[in-house]
Amino acid sequence: MSEVLLAARNVTKQFPGVLANDDISAQLRPGRILALLGENGAGKSTLVNILFGMYRPDSGEVVIKDEIVDLHGPDDAISRGIGMVHQHFQLVPPMRVVENIVLGAEPSKRGLVDLAEARSRVVELSQRYGLEIDPDALVEDLPVGMQQRVEILKALYREADVLILDEPTGVLTPQEADHLLGVLRELTATGLGIVFITHKLREVLAIADDIVVLRNGRVVGETTPAETNESGLAEMMVGRSVVLRVEKSAAQPADVVLAVDELEVNDDRGHLAVDGLSFEVRAGEVLGIAGVEGNGQRELVEAVTGLRHPLSGTMRINGEEVTNGSARDISKKGVAHIPEDREKHGVISVYSLAENSVLNRYHRSPFSLRGVLRRDVIDRHAEDVVEEFDVRTPSIAVAASSLSGGNKQKLIVGREFSDDIKLLIAAQPTRGIDIGAIEFIHRRILEQRDKGAAVLLVSAELDEILGLSDRIAVLYDGKLMDVLDAQDADRERVGLLMAGITQ
Amino acid sequence: MTARQKQLLYVGAALLVVMSWTFYAADGPQTTAVLAGTVRAATLLALGAMCGMIGERSGVVNIGIEGQFLLSAFAAFTIASMTGSLFLGTVAGIGMGLIMGWMLAAMAVGLKVDQIIAGTVLNIAALGLTSFFYDRSRSLGMGKYTNIDLGPLAEIPLVGTVFFSRPPLTYLTMVLLVVVHIALFRSVWGMRTRAIGEHPGAADTVGIDVLKLRYFNVTIAGGLAGLGGSYLALEAVGTFSRAMSGGRGFLALAVMIFGRRTPFGAYAAALFFGFTTALQNQFQLNNTFDIPPQFVGMLPFVVTIIVVALSGLIGSMRDPAALGQVYEKG
Amino acid sequence: MSRSLLRTVAIPLAAVVFGLLIGAVLILSQNASPTAAYSALVVGGLGDADSFLRTLQKATPLIFGGLAVAFAFKAGMFNIGGQGQLLVGAVFAAGVGFGIDGLPIFVHLPAALVAGALAGAVWGGIAGALKATTGAHEVIVTIMLNFVAGNLTDWLSANPWKDNSGNNIVARTPLVEDSATIPTMGAVPVGFILAIVVAVGCWFVLERTTYGFEVRSVGHNRNAAQYSGIKVGWIMASTMAVAGMLAGLGGAVESLGVDGRFEAGVNVGLGFEGITIALLARANPLGVIPAALLVGLMEAGASRMQFKAGVAPELIDVIQALILFFVAAPIIIRWVLRMRADNSEQLQLGAGWGKS
Repeated sequence: MSEVLLAARNVTKQFPGVLANDDISAQLRPGRILALLGENGAGKSTLVNILFGMYRPDSGEVVIKDEIVDLHGPDDAISRGIGMVHQHFQLVPPMRVVENIVLGAEPSKRGLVDLAEARSRVVELSQRYGLEIDPDALVEDLPVGMQQRVEILKALYREADVLILDEPTGVLTPQEADHLLGVLRELTATGLGIVFITHKLREVLAIADDIVVLRNGRVVGETTPAETNESGLAEMMVGRSVVLRVEKSAAQPADVVLAVDELEVNDDRGHLAVDGLSFEVRAGEVLGIAGVEGNGQRELVEAVTGLRHPLSGTMRINGEEVTNGSARDISKKGVAHIPEDREKHGVISVYSLAENSVLNRYHRSPFSLRGVLRRDVIDRHAEDVVEEFDVRTPSIAVAASSLSGGNKQKLIVGREFSDDIKLLIAAQPTRGIDIGAIEFIHRRILEQRDKGAAVLLVSAELDEILGLSDRIAVLYDGKLMDVLDAQDADRERVGLLMAGITQ
Repeated sequence: MTARQKQLLYVGAALLVVMSWTFYAADGPQTTAVLAGTVRAATLLALGAMCGMIGERSGVVNIGIEGQFLLSAFAAFTIASMTGSLFLGTVAGIGMGLIMGWMLAAMAVGLKVDQIIAGTVLNIAALGLTSFFYDRSRSLGMGKYTNIDLGPLAEIPLVGTVFFSRPPLTYLTMVLLVVVHIALFRSVWGMRTRAIGEHPGAADTVGIDVLKLRYFNVTIAGGLAGLGGSYLALEAVGTFSRAMSGGRGFLALAVMIFGRRTPFGAYAAALFFGFTTALQNQFQLNNTFDIPPQFVGMLPFVVTIIVVALSGLIGSMRDPAALGQVYEKG
Repeated sequence: MSRSLLRTVAIPLAAVVFGLLIGAVLILSQNASPTAAYSALVVGGLGDADSFLRTLQKATPLIFGGLAVAFAFKAGMFNIGGQGQLLVGAVFAAGVGFGIDGLPIFVHLPAALVAGALAGAVWGGIAGALKATTGAHEVIVTIMLNFVAGNLTDWLSANPWKDNSGNNIVARTPLVEDSATIPTMGAVPVGFILAIVVAVGCWFVLERTTYGFEVRSVGHNRNAAQYSGIKVGWIMASTMAVAGMLAGLGGAVESLGVDGRFEAGVNVGLGFEGITIALLARANPLGVIPAALLVGLMEAGASRMQFKAGVAPELIDVIQALILFFVAAPIIIRWVLRMRADNSEQLQLGAGWGKS
């Protein structure tokens, strides 16, 4: 057996304007789990893409099984036994599980796919590793946990001896995540090596044999779980000491601002995604909606913000019914919305910062007069937002596409917060941004609460929910499992509710 | 397809057969003429639809089928008239189709030109080139392809004349329907093709070369449109005239959508469209109704608009997820 | 000329040059002389006051046709229906133009223009409304509407509105009244001035008004537009109606200012030329003016080219297709000219036939 299964040696990779990987070395030995820890933008994804043959390094070497290799594409890496489970699943939704698993390495007879053979191999594989799955189910009908299983089986089908998992627990409940960690540990018993990419400290400590911490494209630390703890890792990752808990005062809840009653909403495929939800959010409090993604959060937020028509039920804002109101009707009631997908909804990337800063208010005075835009007023407003919300940009005339994720998010928050807000709907407000920007946005959200806004926070990050919320509602399969007071909520209890389990 | 839709389909088909026989019993020659005309019109649409579906299944929209038909018909006609061989003409038509398919791929896949614009370039170029090089003095001295009777099958009343006493390219098209069906839904190529149309990133990560496969598919599909052009010039009409494709490249797209991007579905849709055309011709010949020809001529286009609008409304007809999008690696 | 403007026009200019060069090869293949052909083309289009007038006349509907495509582009829609919108605009303008008499010109002419514009707006609006309500792709719908319009206008000009004077057997309407004819001011047709005004108006609406902001937002990012409270369906429908109106105006100008009547089959191809012009202009309404003048010049000079150099006028169509190819695929030009990439220049529409 090889000494080194997979290694990067002095790998450097430059992108226009960014040194993504700067002289990085890391290695994985058989039967071990290597955790790559780092913030968003630290260079983890670039490194992994190099190891998997998607990018070629500018300098440095990739070693697979004691051999220096020159990877020309993922197929090169796959044929050398590297398997990858991507953060965004690389599955074809309208195709069957078995088809997805064998795609690219199909058993065939005279050019035709031998589905019977493929099915029996998949069944054999899933039994051997204890990863049960229905080979004939359509991937689009499977819950995310099962889809992840398909991804793992895909790699095992290709006889991988290295499994690279990119942020694999983001879509799982805490218990599911623990289960996954268990499965991974068992896999290593057969000599498989695993590279585990994450920004979650807890998981690293729970599963890693070796830890490599990246920051700004460099290796800033190598350690093991025995030698460190959460705050040590956090400090390494960020480069300064980090307060892991958000400081906040007690909530002063006042009148009900948002009242949702028996709301039912369909998803894009016409399935019931929000199933009879009723809840209230009061002025001066943060109601956190916890839940694994895909349990109706998106549809709920879209319904409440007027982007999607509910099937039935009512919504009231400050007592006025807004159930079938348009996005603009609702925004007029003093509702701010930080959308979950900033590229899709939050900014128009070819527009300048100035145009983006008035995306929700270009039609109002003083930004336009009788249907004609007032460029000078818009520019001044944009300068204010950039200044106040610390958006790092050379000018307000550049296109939004030139901003980093964190700065885009600050621009959106700045735009949404520039009015007097009655209700703030924040969906995944800190997804994919650096810790500095996360702390900034968290502070601003609490500031809004303290100024008397009602805040509906939807997040897949349990830590964010636990840190910011005054009350926590857990969503599972479109239904509310329970609403807890923040002081009664802990990771264990919320996690079970997220999996649909009530004690 | 849901059970209910299937049921409707069977009922519809049965109804059609019963009606055809009733009409046949009442007026044999006329019914035969209408149904034969149906198959004739459907052949071109089916070839165009297969061209379109191979492209779309791989994620590339082809609205250049109209231009592919036209330029291929021109090439087929010119070569056939120069060499005196219908076969060589047909080969030339297919060859031109492949070249145009390759050009579409080069623009849409290689140069990442917007696919709709790329197809439009083909259409405009084909119209310009065929007009510029058109030579009125050419003709097919030996005439067009003639019917071949398939032995005893051709003797069956009605069905025999309609399906088994046809010129060669019509038979070829029917064979190709089966071939393309098996290739798309049973072969390794087909599975990979569908994967790159739905989720090219996923295909890429398992080592499928998305761009290469798209190049290949769009080029090959062009060959089918090229066969369509040959069919148009050498079998259906027997000459070339300016803009002779007359919008059927676009109708083929509607047929493809209606047939849910499956060969048999498309053929069923093509027969339906062909039927409206054939019926219209018969009406005009016999002065059955006093409808101005322009209104009858609108019919297939109006039907297409309705089909496309309905396909959006019904929503069950889903486009391949990556349709129309440029694929960038990484 | 400023550097940025130079960069903007470099690709379209190079595309024209490349198109003409390859056109020259085609001319040679026909055993004719490219220099003779091209000089005849230029003289035919600019040689004297008459040919200049002809160029302007030819360019006028082309400006409208180009605007019809460019305006829709801004909302991310591809209007291939210029042809049909133009036809209905032309026939209804002619209908009002010959059907009513005894009106003063300042009532009759605007009425005829408005009739054409409205007909075009309805024709484009159908595609936009279907897109907004059912998700039907505007490309396929507008193409189909082209054929429907062709048949409809054929019928109108061959039946109820047919010119029955003399022994006319052609499908055409009678000549429009003098009070509905677009006059000429010196060497400049008034229609051309109207086209310039409309082009500038389009630019102002798109770049300076809230409606234009909404149109561009929908074009760049439909989801973000919806998020910001814009009624995306309404924008799509109304943009297509405006686009149709522009093409319809082009048809009206053609009937009332160039041909003096509607005649079936006369202005075939104008809709496609609008696509070339809009792309050549990078969908900028002001850029449409020079682009249309260029194409108008080629059309005005084409008959002289045939007469003097023996080159078939269809060469113009081929050159236009080549120009379209090179503007659509700027990467080739950049490679030849060693230019740096500029990500703003690639037009992307994306496609899908039903609801996405």
